[in-house]
Amino acid sequence: MVMLDFGVVWRNLPFLLIQGFLGFGNFVGGTLRLAIPAIVLGFVLGIFIGLGRLAPQAWIRLPATLYVEFFRGVPLVMVIFWMWFIMPIVLQTAIPEFGVALAAFVIFEAAYLGEIVRAGIQSVPRGQVEAATAVGLTGAQTMRHVVLPQALKNMIPSLVTQFIVLFKDTSLASIIGFMDLTKAAQVVNNREIRPFELYLFIAVIYWVCTYSMSRYARHLERRLGPA
Amino acid sequence: MKYQFNWSVLWSGQSGQWLLSGLILTLELSVLAWLMAVVLGTVAGAFRTAPWKPLRAVATFYVEFFRNVPLLVWMFFWYFGVPPLLPRALQDWVFAHSLEFWAAVCALGVYSGARFSEVLRSGIQSIPRTLIEASVASGLTVAQAYRHVILPIALRLIIPPATSESLNLLKNSSVALTISVAELTFQTRQIETYTAKAIEALTAGTLVYLVLCVTIASIMGWVERRTAIPGLITGGRGESR
Repeated sequence: MVMLDFGVVWRNLPFLLIQGFLGFGNFVGGTLRLAIPAIVLGFVLGIFIGLGRLAPQAWIRLPATLYVEFFRGVPLVMVIFWMWFIMPIVLQTAIPEFGVALAAFVIFEAAYLGEIVRAGIQSVPRGQVEAATAVGLTGAQTMRHVVLPQALKNMIPSLVTQFIVLFKDTSLASIIGFMDLTKAAQVVNNREIRPFELYLFIAVIYWVCTYSMSRYARHLERRLGPA
Repeated sequence: MKYQFNWSVLWSGQSGQWLLSGLILTLELSVLAWLMAVVLGTVAGAFRTAPWKPLRAVATFYVEFFRNVPLLVWMFFWYFGVPPLLPRALQDWVFAHSLEFWAAVCALGVYSGARFSEVLRSGIQSIPRTLIEASVASGLTVAQAYRHVILPIALRLIIPPATSESLNLLKNSSVALTISVAELTFQTRQIETYTAKAIEALTAGTLVYLVLCVTIASIMGWVERRTAIPGLITGGRGESR
């Protein structure tokens, strides 16, 4: 039986939180530094994928559908390895871990976020579009001023759920050496050999973030009320 | 740096054998973790509706804590963190019987169990209470009402989200490569390491996952259509990963 010593967490707290979680320090890393741009860019690409899925033109709709079906049938770990090997070949230059991880997350999550956007747009009643057309708005104007604002409201619960998933997934960037919270805990553990305490601690940190996100989502859902 | 394709690495040497053994291990890991997840998910779901508060608290803690922490952290936790705390005899046994595999089963099973319990809960909640009242009013006992009315509907409602959650479990099993379980993704990396042909190796691994997922999804789609109750719209969608 081993005695637990949570002092190890306290002694390495600056490294775990400032380097691992926030991303400031000697290494390129940071869970937040990866998660925030990944969420923003993934959502932007997701909107295009979602709109593409609903396009009346088959040459837009089919590739978008294929994109979604492909990435939803493949593990994220696989996509990260794809990017890790293929980006230097295609771009003919070395890509830092941050770029590889960000590209993998944005491309992968856009497939899931695109489905949420599609469902959100489809949840807006058809009559709204007809009414907008009847008062003389163009297709793009209808989308921009009538459909998307209402769709966005309906999407919020599933969107936040997916953002939580993405936030948790950033831990996988550590497998290509990105110094996020998980990798930082690994590094500290290699020196201290206190796996139970360290991994439990980062589990709690992840949990605090994801749980507060889900509480906020529930709050938003209640405030906005049913569509 | 021009990439030279050489697809023959996939059928020469040991590649085929590695892929096959990786696929088998992925399936073994997923099936065991799935069974564990279903049991844990059902128990947690039942506890969450129990009339005794401590039981509800334990189940809520389990679901909220385990599904909100990355699977990778759980892999490390079960592989590195838990074994040193086990009693000596059990420690010797797991070290002699592929510790990494059982750690991965526990990590994946416990994590997915928390997610399954949410699927079950929302499935059961979507059944109107009036249905059980109507059944009892028409002379069925509560057990009969569950057996003949509630469960047949609940199970059908659960099929689509449970399928997508099961596919998530299958895809998530790839995270086990981080604790050196020689599953499909691990073997794909192994082919890449031996042949230095990354694109070919990744294509092979990716195709195997795609075929697995598409096959399971189609079978479950067929089951869903076959068992559909006419007139009852089942619109449940699973939460992704």
